[in-house]
This record gives sequence, structure tokens and C-alpha cells, in this order.
Amino acid sequence: MRSDRLNRSPMGLKIAAAAGLAFLHLPILLIFLYAFTTEEKSYQFPPPGLTTQWFAVAWNRPDVWAALTLSVKVASIATTVALVLGTLCAAAVSQTRFFGRETISLLVILPIALPGIITGIALRSAFSMADIPFSFWTIVLGHATFCIVVVYNNAVARFRRVSGSLIEASMDLGADGFQTFRYIILPNIGTALLAGGMLAFALSFDEVIVTTFTAGQQSTLPIWMLEELIRPRQRPVTNVVAMVVVLVTFLPILGAYYLTRDGDQIAGAGK
Amino acid sequence: MTTAVLFDNVSRHFGAVRAVDGVNLEIAEGEFFAMLGPSGSGKTTCLRLMAGFEQPTGGHIEIFGETAEGVPPYRRSVNTVFQDYALFPHLSILDNVAYGLMVKGVGREERRKAAEDALAMVKLPGYGTRRPGQLSGGQRQRVALARALVNKPKVLLLDEPLGALDLKLREQMQEELKSLQKSLGITFVFVTHDQGEALSMADRIAVFNDGRIQQLGRPEDVYKQPKTRFVADFVGSSNVLPQKLCQRLGLKSPSASLRPEAISISTPWDGALSLSGTVSAHSFLGAVNRVVVDVDGARVAVASPAALTVPALGSPVTISFAADELHPMEDA
Repeated sequence: MRSDRLNRSPMGLKIAAAAGLAFLHLPILLIFLYAFTTEEKSYQFPPPGLTTQWFAVAWNRPDVWAALTLSVKVASIATTVALVLGTLCAAAVSQTRFFGRETISLLVILPIALPGIITGIALRSAFSMADIPFSFWTIVLGHATFCIVVVYNNAVARFRRVSGSLIEASMDLGADGFQTFRYIILPNIGTALLAGGMLAFALSFDEVIVTTFTAGQQSTLPIWMLEELIRPRQRPVTNVVAMVVVLVTFLPILGAYYLTRDGDQIAGAGK
Repeated sequence: MTTAVLFDNVSRHFGAVRAVDGVNLEIAEGEFFAMLGPSGSGKTTCLRLMAGFEQPTGGHIEIFGETAEGVPPYRRSVNTVFQDYALFPHLSILDNVAYGLMVKGVGREERRKAAEDALAMVKLPGYGTRRPGQLSGGQRQRVALARALVNKPKVLLLDEPLGALDLKLREQMQEELKSLQKSLGITFVFVTHDQGEALSMADRIAVFNDGRIQQLGRPEDVYKQPKTRFVADFVGSSNVLPQKLCQRLGLKSPSASLRPEAISISTPWDGALSLSGTVSAHSFLGAVNRVVVDVDGARVAVASPAALTVPALGSPVTISFAADELHPMEDA
């Protein structure tokens, strides 16, 4: 019937789709492959031999650990700050009406529309003018600017679907503000916050541009990788770290994907 | 008799908009009280003032003798059935109904029992495990009712609760609400724009327009003796006789109301009043014929029993009615 004919796609399209996916993912596989190469100065193909020694080398290098811990710390704190401020901002914009509401909504989203380099330069000059020394906290502040946007965007979309009368109904039934947030608002926006938080974490984790402008002497993981590529010493260690990062970030993002999918079904069931 | 809700000259202004403007009312305990009016007349704002979602900009509110101003919704012994039901989509029906008890810290087993009893009361036993999305509009409405009543409120506020239901279900729910209210003895305050609903269910009606109460009284009185032109038009369809006809009939008021079914097309009997005019329109409505008689430019509708013959268009007729059916009104 009709659907049969439409569902069977032509061979050319299938090949094009496969080629597109290969283009996206083969380079990542190459990164994985070079983590096992025996050649440490250049990336020659095919690798002259395979070894797992770089895993041990990477494990024992303190600079890898320093960069990784710094990145995790920055991303965690920036995400936490973004979750609190982004949610509060989304609640204000979606649940109340006040003068300048649309302007505030635009101003909150603006940092993600601006090129990172502008945000970076702006923050750097602002920090210098205010005599704030570049440190761990300036990196966190820089990252929080775009993490808030991600959380805000996710939360505001979900808040719009939580009708105002649900909150009134909760208060009417005897729940104070805190209980209403805990039992009504949070379950309804929770998965959106989780997804927003995951995305914010991932964005912060691999941010290079804003970090270059706001960091002091510290290197976050992406910056460390850039430096390693310029300096050819134990090159495959970079690939080992990249591989670990992919594996470690892939799992939570996969989890977030399934969680939000489930959440959408629950939220949609009320309609 | 105890006063459940007292409004003393209450106003709620939003900037220049006077949503509620100087409302006085006193609702007795156990009363079924309807607030009737078109949309934007202030009736829902009055309900929200009772629930605590709005604060008055003037006047004083008491609920069972206690000042209500400044008391948040969660500390009032009133519960609301919302127009859109506002069931929590992420909770089961049982958890929805038990919500009020849960936030008050009632134990799990006790609140489950109470919620099941409440569901049985609204004729939805065994629906506890479902989700709001799996219920029909009528069932959701019953859940909303159970969720409010399980808290044993002193006053139950209902915001157009039957608005979204179809006619058949609506009539059934009207009866059920009325008998539920009788058996529980709780004060019900009911907001509606449907005059039939207000007339059939309420002990007393307050008719709202432009933020003010136009008339407050028993359904029969509001229906038969509208005090203003607005009430005459909105509640049923009374004729409003202009001043010159009032003068001719010996009244000093600027206008008077006269119900179509109180008029007959006949010569006056002893003690009856009469007017003469010409038939300008008629239509068949089933049980009655609606005959419009032109009396010196004023159109007077007559509900004439279908068994009687209808006079031809343009023919002169005399219409008569008992003197006590004519009610003077306050405005022109």
C-alpha cells in the first residue's frame, strides 16, 4: 500500500545517510585507535603497532589529573549555580507578569547568541577593571553565563506547560510555598532541569574560548588537550584522555535522554 | 445562625479596573450560595478573595468570624473546585485526593483510607490507581470535588465547576452537588454564568454586574422581582416597561418588570391591569406561543399557552395581568 512505497527509501539515499553518519563518527573512532598506537610523536596511519601502555602513562601523569579535576569542579559548580538561578529566572518569567518581562527574557538568552569570544573579552576586561584576579572562580563565573541560558531555556519551556492553577490548587489544599515546590513544581519540571543540567555540564566541560580569557594559570581539560597537541610528547596520552572523557560523558547524556523521554510521556499524559 | 463568609464593603481594584467594587454579603453556615453574572462581572474575583488568591484593596472579609485579610490560602479552612479542575498530572487519582492530607502530615494508611472514602462518595470507587489523563471530563470533575471535600472544609468554593460538561452530565451533577451539599451540611459558594443553574441549585443568589451586586435574594424573588434592568435581562427574560407605561399603570418608578408568563391576551378581570396594543410578532416555542405586542412603541412579550389561538399579526389586542405581577424597578 501507500505506506509501504513511502517507507522504502531508495538505495542512493541509504548510502548518503550511511556516508553522513560515517563522516560524523569515523574521526571519533580514529581518536580511539591512536590511543593504542606505539608511535608517540606523530599520527601516522596505519599505526605501526598497538599497545595499552598509554593508559598506565596517563594514569600516572599528575597534570592529567589536575586538568580533569579542575574541569569537573568548574562544570559542577557552574551547573549548580545555573540550576538555581536559571530555575528562579524561568519561574519569574513564566509564572508572573511584570514590566520589562520580555526584555529580561531576551537579555538572559543573549549570552548564548553572542560569539564566545565576545563574552570572553567582555568578561576579561570586566574582571581587570574590577581588579578581580583570574582564578578558579572567574572560570566558574564565565561558564555560568552560558550554563544559565541552557537551564533557563529548558525550564521555561516546561514551566509554560505547568498551569498556574496547579500551584493555586496546591496552596488551596494546604501546601505552603516550599511544599508546593517540592511536591508539585519539582516533579513537573524535574526532568527538564536534569536535561538542562546535563547539557550545561557538557558545555562547560569542553568550553575553550571563554575559559582562555577568564582562566589564570590553571588549565581545564580542553585547554590541557590543546597544549598537548602543540607539544609532541607522549601524544597518545591525549587520545587516552579523550577516550575516557567520551565514555564518561556519554553515559550520563544517554541517561538524561531516556529520563527526559520518559518525563515527556508523563507530562503529556495530563492533556 | 452562624455567618460563614462576611464581605463588608469589599473592593478589589486592579489599577483603574474595579473588578470588585464595594460588595457586601453575608453567607450563612450550611447555605448553598450562588454568585451569578456575566464574565468580568467580579464573581470569580469574589471567590478568589474568599480562597485567598486575591487580597482586597478595600473593605473587610471574615470567614467564620475570623479576619481573612493577609491569611494565605493554605491557612484557610476553605477549599476550591477549580474551573479547569487543576488535577496534578504527575500524581495518581488517589494521591491527588490525598494531597491535602499528605501536606498536613496525616499518616499514609489513614490518608489512603480517607481518599478512598472520598472517591466512593463521588461515585468513583476503585479509580485511585489511574492518572488524571485517563479520566473523562465528568470523572475529573468528581475527583476535583473529592480532593476538596476530603479536607473537610468549612466552606467549599466552586468556580464554574459544570462549565465544561455537556448538558446531560451537567443536569446530573447539579442534582448530585445539591444532595451532597445537603448531606454534608457544608457551606457551598458557587460561581456560575448560567442563570438556570443558579436558580435550580442555590438557596440564595447574588447577581453581579460591573463588580457590584445588583440583587441578592432567594431564586424566586430574583426571578420574579428583578430590581434592576440588568437583573431582568440576565435572569430569565422579563419585560421591562418604560416609565410612560408605568405612569399609565399608576406606578411612580422609572421602570417596572413583568414576566411574559404572567400576561394573558384577554380583557381584564376584576382587579387586573391591562394595556392595549397591536401584535407585532409571534413564534411557536412548543409549550407556549411567544407573542410580541407593541404598546405605544414598547415591545411586550407574552407567553401564551399553545392551546390558545394566536391573534393575527397587526390585529389590536388587550393584554391583562394581575396587579401584583408588576414589579417596580430602581433604574430606567
